[in-house]
Parts: sequence; structure tokens; C-alpha cells
Amino acid sequence: MSESQFEPKIVGFLCNWCAYAGADLAGVSRLQYPPNLRTIRTLCSATVGPHQILKAFQKGADGVFVGG
Amino acid sequence: MKNSAKDVIRIGVFICDCGSNIAGYLEMKELVEYAKTLPNVAFVQENLYTCSEGGINEIKVAIPRENLNRVVVASCTPRTHEPLFMSACEEGGLNPYLFEMANIRDQCSWVHMREREAGTERAKVQIAMAVAKAAKLRELSRIQLSLSHRAMVIGGGVAGMSSALALGNMGYEVDLVEKKGRLGGILNELNMILPSNEPPENLVNSLVSRLQDHSKIAIHTESVVTKTEGYVGNFVATFQEKGVEQKIKCGAVIVAIGAQSLKPEGLFNYDGQKVITHLELESQFKAGTVNAKNVAIIQCVGSRCKERRYCSRICCMTAVKNAILLKEASPETKITIFYRDMQMYGVENEELFRKSKKLGVRYVTYDPERPPTFDGDSVSVYHLRMGRDIVTPVDLLVLSTPLIAQDDASEISTMLKVPINENGFFLEGHVKLKPLDFATDGVYLCGNARFPSTIREAISQGLGAASRAAGILSKEALFTSGIVADINPDTCCGCLGCVQVCPYGAINFIENRGVCQVNKVLCKGCGGCAATCPSGSARLDGFSNQQLYAQIEQAMAV
Repeated sequence: MSESQFEPKIVGFLCNWCAYAGADLAGVSRLQYPPNLRTIRTLCSATVGPHQILKAFQKGADGVFVGG
Repeated sequence: MKNSAKDVIRIGVFICDCGSNIAGYLEMKELVEYAKTLPNVAFVQENLYTCSEGGINEIKVAIPRENLNRVVVASCTPRTHEPLFMSACEEGGLNPYLFEMANIRDQCSWVHMREREAGTERAKVQIAMAVAKAAKLRELSRIQLSLSHRAMVIGGGVAGMSSALALGNMGYEVDLVEKKGRLGGILNELNMILPSNEPPENLVNSLVSRLQDHSKIAIHTESVVTKTEGYVGNFVATFQEKGVEQKIKCGAVIVAIGAQSLKPEGLFNYDGQKVITHLELESQFKAGTVNAKNVAIIQCVGSRCKERRYCSRICCMTAVKNAILLKEASPETKITIFYRDMQMYGVENEELFRKSKKLGVRYVTYDPERPPTFDGDSVSVYHLRMGRDIVTPVDLLVLSTPLIAQDDASEISTMLKVPINENGFFLEGHVKLKPLDFATDGVYLCGNARFPSTIREAISQGLGAASRAAGILSKEALFTSGIVADINPDTCCGCLGCVQVCPYGAINFIENRGVCQVNKVLCKGCGGCAATCPSGSARLDGFSNQQLYAQIEQAMAV
């Protein structure tokens, strides 16, 4: 795969009360960003432990975003 | 009830067009066909608006008709619509926690508006993730709690008094806690109130006498709240009343602590005699000691500046009100108002503004870069239209200073765990959706504690906060969320790791059994314990490892 075709897959764990709300706000404000993110809502970033992050990498994620 | 996890899983997927908000940017037919191919999906339907009465009804009838035991809605954000769809599931005969949402609007169609194909692909993945998680959901139940039907109002100004009286009239017991010796707040310092120019005593006395005569309302003056514990429906507040400690139980708390006028120390040679604030001018009015012949009023003193960027909203109308009163008392008095922008919004204020001009009040605009100066006898200012300095002789200078937060605002903010902004004013839960609520359940705000407001606004907000609080107090019982942690006592080794991370003090160590246990009433479902537990004994229902893993796998599967 050449560099120009590389499309990273990024898993985002977003806290319901802040980062997830921020991602919603990006939508409400019609801010445009590349569609490489897949979001998972958690009730707090504290829900996200090493297990979840490692699992994402194990399954082939190119990046993990924890927002909280 | 049958354990539905053991039955065949039948998931119903409802995909919302949201008018053109989603359907305008994503290939809906493709999403529908894709959803049909996902494991365990038994039924897929596209709705124009899933949240409309028709859409909700379709969920309700599809559950028994299609024998669904899980529901996924692909639409907007769970932050606004999850409760609505959960209750639709409940009404359709399904445990509301067997429901999951895929956010394909706020986090998909709206952020990928120019990438139809890639946006549709992302929507597919988000739907697949929600379906995979739905397959792992378990039935959960809410816990029923009793509650106190009593309210505590902190602050006995016009907002707090209005709030307390409204709640008392609805039949709830109210404790009105005021730190000063008398009720009335900042009204006690005013001369006349707008727009009817009546003495504030009329309003204060009427409210106070109705409060005092009310059998449901207890007034605590010279009282300071020192501690609050508990949660919505079951707060315990401790306060010092005239030095004696009191404890009360209440179901809701209203913050109405008001604001204070800024003392402009160091500005324009402020001395409280020749250079005064509007509050001081009003007490001179009351005492009948105003006899100045050349009065200047300067607007925006200490506001809309580097230290305080906000506009205090009420100073323009206060300045015009007092200018008119001065003119009416002695028409030969010369009055000049130095301003940046006059904010005289609304019908009545505009009328006052015109009246003041008719009476001969002079308005001179100034540039904040070249503000007026005062040398003790006259105000000099650069006149923008004449292009030179003008000098106005002055024997009384009145400074329009803003309302600023109370000194104890930050203390109360910490005590009730509710936020204040950079200026010390309390911050509502949401500007439009929750203007009188805090994000913390059961705590409400009104009046100047929130932001400088007129008396009329403070009263409206006080009444509004009272009705928001009554929404809680009127309930027979409260229900906790089903999303709470649980610790398996068979595998827990009692390491206390979870006890240390729990921010809500919701986990207890049961010494005789050597295990930790979650208090489901206090648990807020953050999942910190589950992420910390080295033995995997702590689990957050609704966001368990299995459920998150299922989502992660699907996120990478496509």
C-alpha cells in the first residue's frame, strides 16, 4: 500500500459528559473532519482501561483516542 | 422473567432519516440493506423521523410483532434522545436497557457532509458496532429511592424569596437561608425600582410578610450553609443559624445567593463622597442629601475591560433611571452620561432613554482606548465627533460599576459540586435546554447568582427554578440509573483498588467477608472500578468489557 492510499482507522473512546458532547457539538457546528474515526461512548473516560486500548490495537487500530 | 440472553437474539434496527439531516448526506438504502446482513438482526426499518410519534409507535408495535429482544436506533445522539427511545422500548414490553444507539447524525452525516461515500461507510461501521454491543446487553433494573419533599433556598433576595414563596404555595416545606439579618438582598439598598418607579420596600415588604405568614416556610436569617451531603431527593444540609448548628433534610436545593456591586477602588479617584457608585447615589436619594448641580455619570467602569470582560446588563438602565430622577428633582441640574454603547433594550427602557433626552440629559460617547479622566473638578474626554478633548465641570461623579459575584460563590460552588465561570457566576447545565438547572441533579439556580439580571428577570427565574425543583419534589419516588457497577463477591480479593478510585465514595469494604461492595444508589456509572480491578470482579453493567470489546471488534471489522 502506498503512503497516499493509507487511511488510518482510529478508535475514539469518548466520555459522555465532555468529549462525546464535544463530538456532538462538532456536528451541530457542522465542523468537517476526515471519516477515519469510529466512536465508542463511555460514561466516563475512567471506564477505559489498558485492556480496551490494547484490544483496539490488537484488532488493527492505527490510533486510539481517549477523550475525557 | 425469562433470561433473554439465553434465547435467540433478535435485534430490530431503526434507521432515521432525520428529514434531510441524515438522508441528505448518506445513502440510506445502502445502510438499510447493510443492517439486514448483520448478525442477529431480525428486522430493519427506515423512518423519516424515528423520534416522532409515528416513529416511536413503530418501535412499540415492532417489538411484539417481530418478537424483538434488542432494539438499535441509528439516528442522532443518545445524549438527547436515549431516554425517549428507552421508554418506547419499555412501552413495547422490552427492558429499556436492551437498547443501543448508533450516532449517525451529529457524529457522521453532519461532520462528513461533503464525503457521501466515506460518510456512509462510517455510518455502516457505527451501526455494526451498536448491533454488536446490543447482542451483549443484559436486562438491568433501576432502584427505587424515597425522597424528602422539602426544599432549601440559599439566599433571601428577590429571586430566592420568589422561589421560596412559589414552592411554599405549591405545598412544599421550604427552608429559606439568608446570611444577613434581614430578607431583601440588594433591593434593600435601592431607592426606586424600574419600570414603575416605585419604592423597593413595597415589593420587599409584600414578599416578606407573605413568607413570614406562610405555614410551610421557615426563614433562617443570619444563617450560613456550611456543608451539604447526599444527592438528589436526599440532601442533608448543615448551617449555622445565629451561631447555632442546624441540620435539615431536603430533596432539592436552589442557589439564589445574588451578586454584589463592585467598589471601584482606585478608579476615577473614587472616595464614596464626591465620586460614588449608583448604590451610594441611591442611598443619598433616600436620605435626601443629593444637592449637586453638575453631575457626570461614567458607564462601564470596571466592566467590559481586561479584568471583567462581561457587560453587567443593568447599569445603562440604572444610569438613565437615576439621571431622570435627578432631573425631575431639580431641572436645572446639568447631567452628562459618558458611555461606550447604551444598551436600552425593550420597549420600556427605550422609552426611558427618550424621556431622559427630552429632559435634557446629555450623552457623550467615549472610546475605550481614550477613556474619560477626572481631575477632582471636571471630567475631560476626547470627543469622537469633534476630534478634540471636551471638559465638563463636575461636582458629583457617579460611576456605573458592574455587579460582581458574591465572595462566597466559590465556597458554595465547591460545597454543592456545581460549577462557576471565570467571573465567579454560577454556570447553568445548558444555556438553552437547562437554563435554571445545574448539571448536578436536584440543584437549581436563579437571579444574580447566575448573571446580573433585572428584578423582573430575577423573579421569573426564581419562579422557574421553583418549578424545576417541584419537578423532583412532586415525585413519589426516584429511580436510579440501571447503569451501575457491580462487584462479583466470589472473585473479589478485597484489594481495595476500587475503593481508592471511586470518586463518589460508592464502594464499601465488607470486612467480615473481605470483599468490596457497590452502593448502587451512590454509583454514577463511571466505570473507574471496573478499569482498575485486577481480578476483573468489578463490572459496569451497560459498558462491560464484553460489550466494549464487541464494539472495538466491529470498529475494525470493516
